[in-house]
Amino acid sequence: MKKIESIVRHYKLEDIKSALTAVGVLGMTVSEVRGFGRQRGHKETYRGAEYTVDFMPKVKIEVVVDDGKCDETIAAICDSARTGQVGDGKVFVSTLEQAVRIRTGETGDEAI
Amino acid sequence: MNRFSFWCRIAIPCFVLLTGPAAFCQDDVEEVAATTEVAAEEISIPVEFIVHNLWIMIAGMLVFIMHLGFATLESGLTRSKNTVNILFKNSMIVCIGFLTYMVVGFNLMYPGFEDPANGFFKFAGFGFMMNGTEQLSDPAFASPVYNEGYTAYTDFFFQAMFAATCATIVSGAVAGRVKLSTFLVFSTLFVAICYPITGSWKWGAGWLDARGFYDFAGSTLVHSVGGWGALVMAALLGPRKGKYVDGKPRPIPASNLTLAAIGVFLLWFGWFGFNGGSVLSADPGLVSLVLVTTSTAAAAGGLAAAVTSWVHGGKPDLSMALNGILAGLVGITAGADQMSGLDSILIGLIAGVLVYFAVLFVDTVLKIDDPVGAVSVHLVCGIWGTLAVGIFGAMAGGEQIVNQLIGIGAIGVFTVAFCLIVGSILKATMGLRVSEEEEVIGLDIGEHGMEAYSLSPTRLH
Repeated sequence: MKKIESIVRHYKLEDIKSALTAVGVLGMTVSEVRGFGRQRGHKETYRGAEYTVDFMPKVKIEVVVDDGKCDETIAAICDSARTGQVGDGKVFVSTLEQAVRIRTGETGDEAI
Repeated sequence: MNRFSFWCRIAIPCFVLLTGPAAFCQDDVEEVAATTEVAAEEISIPVEFIVHNLWIMIAGMLVFIMHLGFATLESGLTRSKNTVNILFKNSMIVCIGFLTYMVVGFNLMYPGFEDPANGFFKFAGFGFMMNGTEQLSDPAFASPVYNEGYTAYTDFFFQAMFAATCATIVSGAVAGRVKLSTFLVFSTLFVAICYPITGSWKWGAGWLDARGFYDFAGSTLVHSVGGWGALVMAALLGPRKGKYVDGKPRPIPASNLTLAAIGVFLLWFGWFGFNGGSVLSADPGLVSLVLVTTSTAAAAGGLAAAVTSWVHGGKPDLSMALNGILAGLVGITAGADQMSGLDSILIGLIAGVLVYFAVLFVDTVLKIDDPVGAVSVHLVCGIWGTLAVGIFGAMAGGEQIVNQLIGIGAIGVFTVAFCLIVGSILKATMGLRVSEEEEVIGLDIGEHGMEAYSLSPTRLH
């Protein structure tokens, strides 16, 4: 089992969701995060004082797939999330030790 | 049994006991009304009196709406971890202000000086309307015998609303780090003693009035008094943690500019009563004039501050534009009944520019942390508005400017001295600030043990 975490632009979420559904990934967890990589923040002013906002709002999508589906899923995410501009985001893949479906108690690949 | 049912068993009998006597009071009032009818036949109530009185009562209600404005403006401009605290302060100030005015303030502010030229201090006794039913049974209080334009109760009601608005100006400047208990003590003393004494010098027919000082609706008496209090207390208190880094101010952005904008519009709305009612009659010419001058100055102030922030700051700052509207309103308040349309525009424009630079000055030069711009709006523009009476309008003239300066100076000195003394004593005894830890977590948790926005997922069900 692999856990695929992607940090993406928030307005790309719907496109990525559609792409994931198309390759057969049926579940995901989404959180609103802030972060930066090479993409710089922007300047804001408030009452005469200027300040930089470095942390950009992004969306983190977490999906768990079995090993065979991993490359397909990564490709789906990258193709739908890409704009070509700095700030498109990143995908991180890690190996998962265990997964459990709470309702039934199924483990391993049956739990995905 | 659980706590709720326990307190019900205590509260319900208490409620019955307390309202029982009120049921008897109803009979008293009916008896009093019967004797009043006899006496009232001797005092005629002309229709004009009813109309004047009605307008001032409504104006008092409009001034009350300014408290909605203050509550939303202040909570909008400060951080959400302190929202409960600032709303609590705003709520209590209305209550404390109104009650102290009844017990002490009204009779300090309108004591009836025998020798107005030397009217510095007089106290007409504790308790307006608190001496049993004597006032209720004296028809003079509800008739033109008291005043051609309003009853004693209307007089009290309208003026009490003013007192509370003065006190609440300080709460914005001390937001986010002042200790609640200390602040409530300060506010009580401020509204009960400081505000009425300086107010008596002009509106109570005291020495400033005798000199010719003019303050139509309170640019000095209400706004700069509140502004001085805000300045002194914010200075004694020190800035919020993290506001100044290496001597330079860091912005602490507003939590909700929607609320702030709504607050300013509510204040503008309330100002129709604040200035409109200060005519102290329903005189169609004067009240309608005042409504026009008030709104004109507000509009000019908002525009001027917006443009100034756009040009000087690079981008148009909403919080500055909102402060600009208030600056115009404060600026016209001293002379709203004396100004032409053009005068109002000029006063508003200048106030709008002034408030922008005053905010920067207080923030970067004085290094006093004023989260809502109370000092810039109320003190600086209050002084401007008072001076404007000598520069523009029907009372313009060198002599008037001198009179205005005397009033500004005298009230400034008294208020600063009062606040310095009281503030310093409180600082040494009760302490002015919350602990650093509490300030970081937020006063909502620290002072109140509750949150304004209970969004933690563990508490959602």
